[in-house]
Amino acid sequence: MFEPVLLKRTGLPRSETIGVYVENGGYQALRKALECSPAELIDLVKRSKLRGRGGAGFPAGLKWGFMPQGNADNCLCVNTDEGEPGTFKDRVLVEKDPHQVIEGVIIAAYAVGAQRAYVYIRGEFFLGVKRWIKAIADAHEHGYLGRNILGSDFSLDLTVHRGAGAYICGEETAMINSLEGRRGEPRLKPPYPAQAGYQGRPTLVHNVETLANVPHIVLRGAEWFASIGTEKSTGPKVFCVSGHVFRRGTYELPLGTPLREIIEEHAGGVPGGRRIKAVIPGGASTPLLTEDQLDVPMDFESLAAAGSALGTGAIVVMDERTCMVDVARRTARFFAHESCGKCAPCRLGSVAAWRILEGIEAGEGQEGDIERLYALCDGIAGHTFCPMGDAQVAPLRSALDRFGDEFRAHIAMGRCPNAA
Amino acid sequence: MAGTEPDRSRDDKRSMLLTALYVAQAQHGHLTHQAVQRVAERLDMDVTEVFQTATFYSMFRTEPVGRYLIQVCEGLSCHLAGGAEKLLEHLQKRLHIKVGETTRDGLFTLESVQCLAACGSSPAMRVNDTLYENLTMDQVDDILDELRGA
Ligand SMILES: Cc1cc2nc3c(=O)[nH]c(=O)nc-3n(C[C@H](O)[C@H](O)[C@H](O)COP(=O)(O)O)c2cc1C
Ligand code: SF4
Ligand code: FES
Repeated sequence: MFEPVLLKRTGLPRSETIGVYVENGGYQALRKALECSPAELIDLVKRSKLRGRGGAGFPAGLKWGFMPQGNADNCLCVNTDEGEPGTFKDRVLVEKDPHQVIEGVIIAAYAVGAQRAYVYIRGEFFLGVKRWIKAIADAHEHGYLGRNILGSDFSLDLTVHRGAGAYICGEETAMINSLEGRRGEPRLKPPYPAQAGYQGRPTLVHNVETLANVPHIVLRGAEWFASIGTEKSTGPKVFCVSGHVFRRGTYELPLGTPLREIIEEHAGGVPGGRRIKAVIPGGASTPLLTEDQLDVPMDFESLAAAGSALGTGAIVVMDERTCMVDVARRTARFFAHESCGKCAPCRLGSVAAWRILEGIEAGEGQEGDIERLYALCDGIAGHTFCPMGDAQVAPLRSALDRFGDEFRAHIAMGRCPNAA
Repeated sequence: MAGTEPDRSRDDKRSMLLTALYVAQAQHGHLTHQAVQRVAERLDMDVTEVFQTATFYSMFRTEPVGRYLIQVCEGLSCHLAGGAEKLLEHLQKRLHIKVGETTRDGLFTLESVQCLAACGSSPAMRVNDTLYENLTMDQVDDILDELRGA
């Protein structure tokens, strides 16, 4: 059986405290890291093949390598904006074991020569904010943050910024705008954050879970890390399972664990012995999978080959009774609400698609609605300023492709064909 | 932004904008015109710009809301798990208001939201600074009683 790495301590009483963290091996990796050169650490993370857990799966070591060396302006941003429906792993990691993330932040900052780090946390995460602030204060007191960390000549300040209710601020350039006190609208890339990010400074942006892996890589080595998971998708992953399963929750397993195993063995399967109709494998912006695809290994490559994406690893299970028009409607409503409004295809297209889906759901579907939805997908995908356009089209198009008959029946009958 | 030498002290002030808006909002429960103006002065910013930035974010409000803002998650995962709609209905009945409304005594505002990152522990709702998960309707009643009494 796989032994949890990231969630190992989360079951302990008072797991969020520095005492419990240190008693259980915490901050040992930092000591070790400070004895290495930054270049050695970057090489280590490259060899571990750690990839970003925020959705895109970009190789972390490569990103560290993009940061200019010896630039005193370098900074690091911790993306704690978690807002992709179905995703609740970063909240667990921060609320239950904040020092694990902080240790990862300090090591990453040391490796890229950043002296300032910022936590950008979703506005709704009150407990998370409290945990961050307390953990940072305690880390300071113990000499893990601040000036001359553990007697080295490395210094780092870590401050917390609260977001204020905007999903798009999870996108790294929007997050940087928000950190600067601006509207959280995405910026044009390039320049990438590693070139010019927060206040124009070279900025390394990482997801919480990505950083949580770093201390373990330092302590146990790149080879150990790379031996978990698949050839190209290495390491442990915290999967969030929700929807129609017995045991909803977070499950830490190696990347590449089959979807079926996660749903049936770990989450206890579907209640009532019902069949699975569809699964969202990686959060609301990833294309749906169907029952015949349940054996797909949950890693970046396998999911791409299956026509979907690993995304955040948020698995939403839908049983045979689920109305797919309703699923599409809810997802579309989310994206329509969260469009930042900067570009027209997303701002107008998301609302138009949502309206059509609401109409079908309400029994007022029109002939031609499906064609109109497809036309909207074509008009949005690839025509927007940021990836949010593609993010909203992916689930909708997959629902239309795979459940087109159900949409048609819904329109023809003026109600859900699944409801008896 | 790029190209010119950045004025860091002004930039640093501006970076405090969201924090300042939270502080300002806490005074009256929403952002009054005067509060926005004060923030602008303190941070050396244009009032219009502060206002335009504030209105981008759903947690900043320029209209009054109830003393307790209740947000129920109606997102996909919570809906599938069952109970999200029941929770909303229960609250509407108990508070005698519809989603989007505020009770006449100004105590409660009820809203529905799309995800609170509690997808594994629904039904879930947020009341001001507190997230409640795995709620039963009895617990909801207790919470309301407690808030009414407080
Ligand atoms: C619309 C949108 C929303 C995003 N939301 C988040 C988020 O909530 N948390 C996160 O870590 N990354 C999010 N990302 C990805 C970030 O832009 C960025 O890739 C990530 O934080 C990089 O960290 P990583 O390399 O550790 O994954 C989002 C991207 C997009 C396009
Ligand atoms: S695609 Fe949507 S979220 Fe992205 S910039 Fe355009 S309007 Fe904003
Ligand atoms: S869908 Fe309700 S908390 Fe995520």
